[in-house]
Amino acid sequence: MNTALTAGALIAAAVATVAVGVYGLRPARTTSDFLVASRTVPPRLNAAAISGEYLSAASFLGVAGLIAKYGADALWYPVGFTAGYLALLLFVAAPLRRSGAYTVPDFAEFRLGSHRLRRVAMVVVVTICALYLVPQYQGAGLTLKTVLGLPVWIGPLAVGGIVVINVVAGGMRSVTFVQAFQYWLKLTAIAVPALALLAMAGPHRAELGGPLPPTVPQQTTVHIETDVVISVGDPAGVTVSGTVDGQPVQDSPLPGPGQHSLAAGTTVLLAEGAQTPVIEGAPATGSAWIRSGGGLGGQHPLYQVLSIMVATFLGAMGLPHVLVRFYTNPDGRAARRTALAVIALLSLFYLFPTLLGAFARLYVPQLLMTGRADAAVLLLPSAITGTAGQLIGALVAAGALAAFLATSSGLLVTVAGAVSTDLLRGRVRDFRLAAVVGGVLPIPLALAASSFELSRGVGLVFAVAASTLCPLLVLGIWWRGLTSAGAVAGLAVGAASTAVATLLTVTGWIGADVLGGWPATVVGYPAAVTVPLAFATMVVVSRLTCATVPQDVSRIFARMHLPERLGMGVERLPRD
Amino acid sequence: MVHTRVEVQQQTEVGDALVRGLVRAQLGLALRLAALVFGAMAAVALINSAFPELAAVTVWGIRLNWLILGVAVYPLMYGVGRLYVRLAEQAERDFISVVDEDADPDGDGDGDGEP
Repeated sequence: MNTALTAGALIAAAVATVAVGVYGLRPARTTSDFLVASRTVPPRLNAAAISGEYLSAASFLGVAGLIAKYGADALWYPVGFTAGYLALLLFVAAPLRRSGAYTVPDFAEFRLGSHRLRRVAMVVVVTICALYLVPQYQGAGLTLKTVLGLPVWIGPLAVGGIVVINVVAGGMRSVTFVQAFQYWLKLTAIAVPALALLAMAGPHRAELGGPLPPTVPQQTTVHIETDVVISVGDPAGVTVSGTVDGQPVQDSPLPGPGQHSLAAGTTVLLAEGAQTPVIEGAPATGSAWIRSGGGLGGQHPLYQVLSIMVATFLGAMGLPHVLVRFYTNPDGRAARRTALAVIALLSLFYLFPTLLGAFARLYVPQLLMTGRADAAVLLLPSAITGTAGQLIGALVAAGALAAFLATSSGLLVTVAGAVSTDLLRGRVRDFRLAAVVGGVLPIPLALAASSFELSRGVGLVFAVAASTLCPLLVLGIWWRGLTSAGAVAGLAVGAASTAVATLLTVTGWIGADVLGGWPATVVGYPAAVTVPLAFATMVVVSRLTCATVPQDVSRIFARMHLPERLGMGVERLPRD
Repeated sequence: MVHTRVEVQQQTEVGDALVRGLVRAQLGLALRLAALVFGAMAAVALINSAFPELAAVTVWGIRLNWLILGVAVYPLMYGVGRLYVRLAEQAERDFISVVDEDADPDGDGDGDGEP
């Protein structure tokens, strides 16, 4: 990989980001500019901005890695990430915009008139954003390490710095242009390598549609950086130096098929045409990889798939940084058109990670055994020879940086909006202060927390969002019986249950085989349990406290559901 | 003279009933379309899980399960979204025409009877 070229592309992407932000900044003066871009963003621009913000590193890098590793069942992630916007369009987009709120906590107060609920919603919003921001920073560190060999702390510092500059300078107005620009940059950066590899594949193209056994095209050396358990289908042509199953070995073949543990520091030499061992839980053969129903490692694959569907279909409705972008549309009709355009833009984008996932098995299968399949998209361009490969490699690195920047800036605007209007006095100065603190604080967190697979982490964030803000919005918009006590209880139950599940997954306290594997599978994929639980809690507690239904609920419903032409709408703004 | 628009704006009983009708219609439309799409997707997951041998079926050299989940579902989602936008906007236009029917004596579009 050409380091100078890649560094140049990364710097160009960073400079372009700041420049586009400055272009959007000229008219940013009022609080409304900073919070909701004065509600003047047309549907197409907003759709590009939402897609740019939404396609985080998990989509840009993670989806291809998951598909390379787990095969057909991993296709549910991109499908679900897109389907979330169909659900958002059907149930949330227009009424949410017509409410006239400027943040999600503000919507909660508008709907139920409770200041306590507003505070609880603010805590949930900040928690979701923080959970999402930390993996973005970590991913930036890993990317710069992979492509330039820089120390991991530089990535979080660089991304944090650029994002804080943009958000502090122009708030939502700057960020809108930045994110829209980054959608097109990311689409280019993922489409060009996929199409180039497709053109290059030539004689291999027929194999692409078939089972791709993970065999290496030439002799390959793999360094194991963290302890892994691998499963070996065919040990022929694989030699190891280091520690295997706790025993030190030197240039010896693997003991045989089955599972083996490799300690950090081990080196694996794969002869030309040898079958790569894969990480434990991933399908070891090509025919198992191409088949649906294998799940994503672990037991109960059908439950895993259904739970991923619940989390991703409903999760987009609960992501505060996505919701807040819908407040920037001029009216409910534009909000609907925005959501529809987002579906089109995401559909176009997600064709390419699927292709790259298949190519990763063809050209860089050794990644399947290191637990670093996230790096597949970054390393694939090296399979293209000559200057073209180096240029494409640089482009992909720039696209990855754009992914971190776009998502992080959306999250930071959301945090700053919620904190500055709920904890501070809602002036532009407060917004800027909140943006600096919110952008800098996750940097040490990203360095301290242990990292795990990008898309897995983002999957958990979707589960939290689907179990908290999604029921609040859906019931708030469509059910007159919701009370503030019910909403608070539902948010608390949804947040607590997903938090427990996340904690148990990260610490690994529940053995994979306890009680037929169900507890481990459920905490790994909690949404199918926690989402119905949160909805049920909101409904039951609201029924029990039905005397406290807001008296003006009819007026609120009329505002949310009637077209603006009837003149019921009121645009809310922080008191200042 | 029936001032339906004013009834809606001032939240009289008639106005509230009209709003309830609109909300119910929009929710029914959203639920029906959601059931269609998400039911179809759940069916794909269940069928794939129940009949793993379907993985051998290929269309144009690509496995059928990959073709469905990797390509075909996306136009389906866009199509349903488009249909929803059309029908939901139609419902809102119908609502406005009911509300504004003979309630706009001065023809300035706000229905308050004042020019």
